[in-house]
Amino acid sequence: MAVNVRIPTQLRELSGGDAEVDVEGATVAEVLKQLEARHPGFAARLFDDKGQLRRFVNVFVADEDIRFLQGLDTPTEGQVVSIVPAVAGG
Amino acid sequence: MSYVQGLRCRECGREYEVAPVYTCEWCFGPLEVSYDYEAIKSAMSREKIAAGPHAIWRYAELLPVDYSQAVDLGAGFTPLVRADRLAGELGLGEVWVKNDTLNPTNSFKDRVASVALSKALEFGFKTAACASTGNLANSVAAHAAHAGLRSFVFIPADLEQAKVVTTAVYGGNVVAIDGNYDDVNRLCAELAGTYRWAFVNVNVRPYYAEGSKTLAFETAEQLGWEAPDHVVVPVASGSLLTKVHKGFDELHQVGLLDTPPRVRVSGAQAEGCSPVATAYLEQSDTIRPVKPSTIAKSLAIGNPADGYFALDAVRQTGGGLAAVTDDEVVDGIRLLARTEGIFAETAGGVTVASLARLAREGVVRPDERVVVYITGHGLKTLDAVSPHVGPTAVIPPTLDAFHEAFGPSEIEE
Repeated sequence: MAVNVRIPTQLRELSGGDAEVDVEGATVAEVLKQLEARHPGFAARLFDDKGQLRRFVNVFVADEDIRFLQGLDTPTEGQVVSIVPAVAGG
Repeated sequence: MSYVQGLRCRECGREYEVAPVYTCEWCFGPLEVSYDYEAIKSAMSREKIAAGPHAIWRYAELLPVDYSQAVDLGAGFTPLVRADRLAGELGLGEVWVKNDTLNPTNSFKDRVASVALSKALEFGFKTAACASTGNLANSVAAHAAHAGLRSFVFIPADLEQAKVVTTAVYGGNVVAIDGNYDDVNRLCAELAGTYRWAFVNVNVRPYYAEGSKTLAFETAEQLGWEAPDHVVVPVASGSLLTKVHKGFDELHQVGLLDTPPRVRVSGAQAEGCSPVATAYLEQSDTIRPVKPSTIAKSLAIGNPADGYFALDAVRQTGGGLAAVTDDEVVDGIRLLARTEGIFAETAGGVTVASLARLAREGVVRPDERVVVYITGHGLKTLDAVSPHVGPTAVIPPTLDAFHEAFGPSEIEE
């Protein structure tokens, strides 16, 4: 099932300037893998040396932080996946 | 003049020029201001500071703005009060209260807002904005009014009425969002990418956050240029705690403290929003965001941007973190008021209750010189204590009625 991925400004140089990219994938992990296959460079920016999402990268599925769901194993089910740099605030 | 060299990513160390940017383009880590400490060392002295303004700007060299353009309502240089009666109740020795309720808009946020809006003017912004749990809203609205800037302040819709009124009175735009602070924050991050506004805690955040260091500077100066042994600091985003820790180290770096400070840094959170304390107590390296539910709304940040750095500071210095219940928060407010005559908002209740908890646990010790940071005024959160306190008696205006209400043992000295 195609999943719509929202790309933050900082990463659009990798997506040819596109704010949204459609890729296939049943989980967040698969979606991000497909994103890397389509536009090489994403993985290095999103994951650290241990293959974990960087501490200041937040991923949302249908507006819910995946840390409240099942992390990278969260099913995407055709929902919108948003990559959002950790917000500032406080 | 400013001694800023640039911005540096706290995660990966990449460097950036001074601009209204806040995250690393590579790893999204937060950017922090870097200074020329050698030059500052030559420029600053205890005598010069003593002759400076009674405000945060007495430490202008260690702030990332040009003081001549400062937006200044007089934030800072608040009293450091020796709290022997509080110490006695808690079985501690030397306790001091940094009473930051006595700022222009009655919270420590005036320190950061003053720095942020000064920087906003330097950058040429015409609009100041922020995401706020209330205190920053007050402060940004007030400082923007003073500077003649337009303001947009975004708050969760369920904020205390007092904090809404004390923001709206300054005449800027106040936007109540149907959601919690983290929702507000996320919207603001999107708006900051859309409009050329100075969002003090988004695109101006690296500069803004530096204002909190002045709490450490003042504490050391007020203790006769000595660092305390232990500080207890409320934790929302974690920025305040991180910067207080940094502030003491900087004083030594620029020669204002003779010996390297060994300040143990402890954090205070409310149980209903304690992502940092939870990570600490579970000895975890991961801070899991939470959905806040606490009366301490000014600390209700479920996804703390500087949580990791706050956790590091606590662990490195051998401090602790406490998560206290809402009942303990109310007790903390009343304890501080009853023993020291200082009326704190709920965040202060969290801090005092955490001090009490950490003292019981032996984390804060009787042989230490302890400073607690009381960051906001009790009048901002009256609802928290109004069910618990009131007149001792309501009587007609006669002596008889008075004597009926109070027996001799209650009256005689």
